[in-house]
Amino acid sequence: MSYLELLKLAAPEAIVLVAALVVLTIGLVTGRRGVGASVSVAGPGNAGDRPTAFAGETPAAPSGRVYPFVAAIGLAFAAAAVLPLPSHATLFHGMLVISPLNSLFKIICLTLAFFTVILARGEHALPNKGEYLAMILLATIGLLLLVGSEELLMIFIGLELTGLSLYVMTAFDKEHRSSSEAGLKYFLFGSLASAFTLFGLSFIYGLTGTTTLASIAQRLAAAPIEPLLGAGIVMTLIGFAFKIAAAPFHLWAPDVYQGAPVSTAAFIASGSKVASFVVLGKIVLIGFGPVPGSANWHGMASGWTLILAALAALSILIGNLVALAQKNVRRLLAYSAVAHAGYTLVGLVAAGPLGFSATLFYTTIYGITLVGAFGVVALVRRECGGDDLSDFAGLRTRSPLLAGCMAIFMLSLAGLPPLAGFFGKFYLFSAAFRAGHNHGLFWLVVLALFGSLISLYYYLIVLKAIFIDESNRAFAFPPDYLQRVAITVLAGTVLFLGLMPETLLARILASVT
Amino acid sequence: MIASTIYITFAGAVLLLVLPRVLARWIALATALGGFAISLAAFFARPADFGHFSTIISVPWVPALGMNYHLAVDGISLTMTLVTGLTAVSAILFSWKVEERPNEFFFWLLVVVAGSYGVFLSADLFLFFVFYELVIVPKYFLIVIWGSTNKEYGAMKLTLYSFFGGALVFIGILAVYASAGSLDLQQLSHFSFTPQMQTWAFPILFLGFAVLAGIWPLHTWAPTGHVAAPTAGSMLLAGIVMKLGAYGALRVALNLFPLGFEVWSKWIAVLAVVGIVYAAAVALRQSDLKFVIGYSSVSHMGFILLGLAAGNLLGVSGAVLQMFSHGVIGALLFALAGAVYYRTHTRNLNDLSGMALNRTMPFLAFAFVIAAAASMGIPGFSGFAAEITILLGVWKAFPTAVWITGLGMVLVAAFTLRAMKKSFFGDDRYAPPMQEGHRLPVATEWNDSRAVVAPATLAEKLGASLLIFATLAVGLYPQLLLDRIMPAVETMRFLRP
Repeated sequence: MSYLELLKLAAPEAIVLVAALVVLTIGLVTGRRGVGASVSVAGPGNAGDRPTAFAGETPAAPSGRVYPFVAAIGLAFAAAAVLPLPSHATLFHGMLVISPLNSLFKIICLTLAFFTVILARGEHALPNKGEYLAMILLATIGLLLLVGSEELLMIFIGLELTGLSLYVMTAFDKEHRSSSEAGLKYFLFGSLASAFTLFGLSFIYGLTGTTTLASIAQRLAAAPIEPLLGAGIVMTLIGFAFKIAAAPFHLWAPDVYQGAPVSTAAFIASGSKVASFVVLGKIVLIGFGPVPGSANWHGMASGWTLILAALAALSILIGNLVALAQKNVRRLLAYSAVAHAGYTLVGLVAAGPLGFSATLFYTTIYGITLVGAFGVVALVRRECGGDDLSDFAGLRTRSPLLAGCMAIFMLSLAGLPPLAGFFGKFYLFSAAFRAGHNHGLFWLVVLALFGSLISLYYYLIVLKAIFIDESNRAFAFPPDYLQRVAITVLAGTVLFLGLMPETLLARILASVT
Repeated sequence: MIASTIYITFAGAVLLLVLPRVLARWIALATALGGFAISLAAFFARPADFGHFSTIISVPWVPALGMNYHLAVDGISLTMTLVTGLTAVSAILFSWKVEERPNEFFFWLLVVVAGSYGVFLSADLFLFFVFYELVIVPKYFLIVIWGSTNKEYGAMKLTLYSFFGGALVFIGILAVYASAGSLDLQQLSHFSFTPQMQTWAFPILFLGFAVLAGIWPLHTWAPTGHVAAPTAGSMLLAGIVMKLGAYGALRVALNLFPLGFEVWSKWIAVLAVVGIVYAAAVALRQSDLKFVIGYSSVSHMGFILLGLAAGNLLGVSGAVLQMFSHGVIGALLFALAGAVYYRTHTRNLNDLSGMALNRTMPFLAFAFVIAAAASMGIPGFSGFAAEITILLGVWKAFPTAVWITGLGMVLVAAFTLRAMKKSFFGDDRYAPPMQEGHRLPVATEWNDSRAVVAPATLAEKLGASLLIFATLAVGLYPQLLLDRIMPAVETMRFLRP
């Protein structure tokens, strides 16, 4: 294995890394004069293949506008670099695995990061924009590693890289105390969860003597169930439950969603969540797959299904019920995110290719929807200075386009046709219903539907504020066309995937089976 | 051809979003007329194979999961699309004067209509459910933006009840999908589900649909929703949306689970009879004209459920006939109540009784008498034809129910006459009759310059005449519909001798 070949296979990661370093350098050179202008580019990739990135380095350019441009181009190139990858390749015993599934989700993560960067473009209040965007790009590399790896150590490294970047991003808004508070909470909870995960993974390693998922599965298939294995599985799952904000490990989510810069919240809710579900699904279905314990409630001996089912049920109930009482849209979205984590887990509980593909489809849709919803929140926040329900009042008269897009996002989250969320839920619940014999997950499907019923109420409350309540505010900021186009594209995607789910579903199904 | 009702209506809805507001009502009217004309042409032009649920179009939609874009039509679908087109045209004529955000108003209105066309023509269970759920949200916006009396409560209640019903239907559809592995209604209507599965899945599915059809005791969304809704909203609710539930119960729940129906039919009959009598009794005590009509809707929908519960040719055909008939009559009653409210700004029967509106609004009074007569089941109107057919069918299955229903029909006549007397033919001995152009003496929440008494406008006359003509035509010649309905009902497999 030559380094050139490695570079070829890891090209997307390398390109994002170069983009991050370039953004950082521009920031150092232009943004913070006198701090450290002598740092040079030292990325593994050759920077010469992207002249556009350096076009923005001219001192005359208004630096605040350049970073997002560079970052977005870097992400676009990285996504393009995923396409020529071979369909199957395994490096270093699974540390870097290239498969249709991984490539598809690399593209999805890069796309979500791309839209996050566009959102970040509008955050004029943030200091040191270059560092902020570099953090987004580093977190994106973490996501790519998470998605592209089937080996425990690499997965952990991916988790940590994403996590650490996100902690910094969350606390980035130094002018607001809530941002620092959110950052601290996120960091404390997050590092605890990481510790749990690492502890759990070490048990698994101790039992099986390997860190690749496929070999773990082989060893576990023969091994009897022992308490140590149970402890390992439970601890690993706890770590991931934190990542996806499943109840009762969701306590950080409301504060982070509300306090962090909007683009950070969008990224946590979309990219980070999608990648976490992909890797959780792999660990659970590939690594722990042969451990006894099936989707059939009555036949359940032990194993992870019961834990996931309990997490799902709790998340659906707590998320939806607490969201009812929220007056702040970001907090409301946070609790609804908890509920959606619950729905998405239902697919993993159902297991099998059908359940896994349903989970992947749903989490992708959810990521797209939330980036869009946070995009609207960001614009409203910039205009009104807040993101309470009352700040959304009269949005219809102020911007019919944004109001219409928000309606699409909210109704898709509620699961109404013809939007993507409806198809996602149908697919998810039908997979769960069909799993196991004798409809073992019937109760979970009923619970999830009951949760959807509750959720419709609070989504309609948001829409009521937008479409019915009056407000005499006017736009204070000049309209940002790029962000509006981005939000419209996202809303269009949600509608399109609702009408033509086959376009995404066929790819996911082809890569899972 | 009939599939284009869906496309035209959706296209009209999208057009409304981009064209200026001066054109809004004309686009809406043109769209609704187009849909009506197509459904009318299809109703009369189709070759004689009304019994077979024959495919119009079937293209793969999500082949990985076995979902097809599959539309089909039989006599029942034809009847239902006809009443949809009829009600839509009339509803738009009766909302000719909507000044507030007309584009959005007609947009939501047309989405409801398009979704309903879709439900009545779907032959794929997933497609059916998509259209069925599509109708929920527009109702919320129609009521909460353009409604009156307690509109936020009424809108949310109606939406959550609809969604609750939808969730039950969802479970039922998942059960069907998991057991049969198919979503195609044509295939499923030949599939034999296990008796045990039918026994638990049927009540869930049926109840889900029945929520929308206003089954007692899950009917309470209907009166509050009707009262809160704007005139056109009530017309669509009574005329089409409640029929979606009844149609779904017939097409999906009964036809897929004949054994489950066998087990549960007597309980459906019980709930239906209680609904008929209870709603009629409640209507007798209401002081709000729209509440009276709202409860009368629940009562009349009870007849549909009773006819379905009978499960024989006459009962079920009568139920479908009643879906058409009540669609027309209910829409007409709500239209007239809305027209009165628009002019007087009150629907309180005691206030109205002092106004003797028959003098200032002779056409509306005339139309109300016709609507009331049709609603009471006077021979010559469609209500009579439908209800007598249902009762003939029920007589064979549940003779006791007919006796109790007879009591209900007396109550229906009582509250209808009371409402008619008080609203239009009030006692004006103590107050001078209202003259045209007079301000009204009632204290209302509105106080604008339009609050003057005026006779019916041309649009209202056209809309009302259309519905009156329909109820008369079917009442005098019910064979027109029954010729199409009965062959379709005969092919249903749950049918009892």
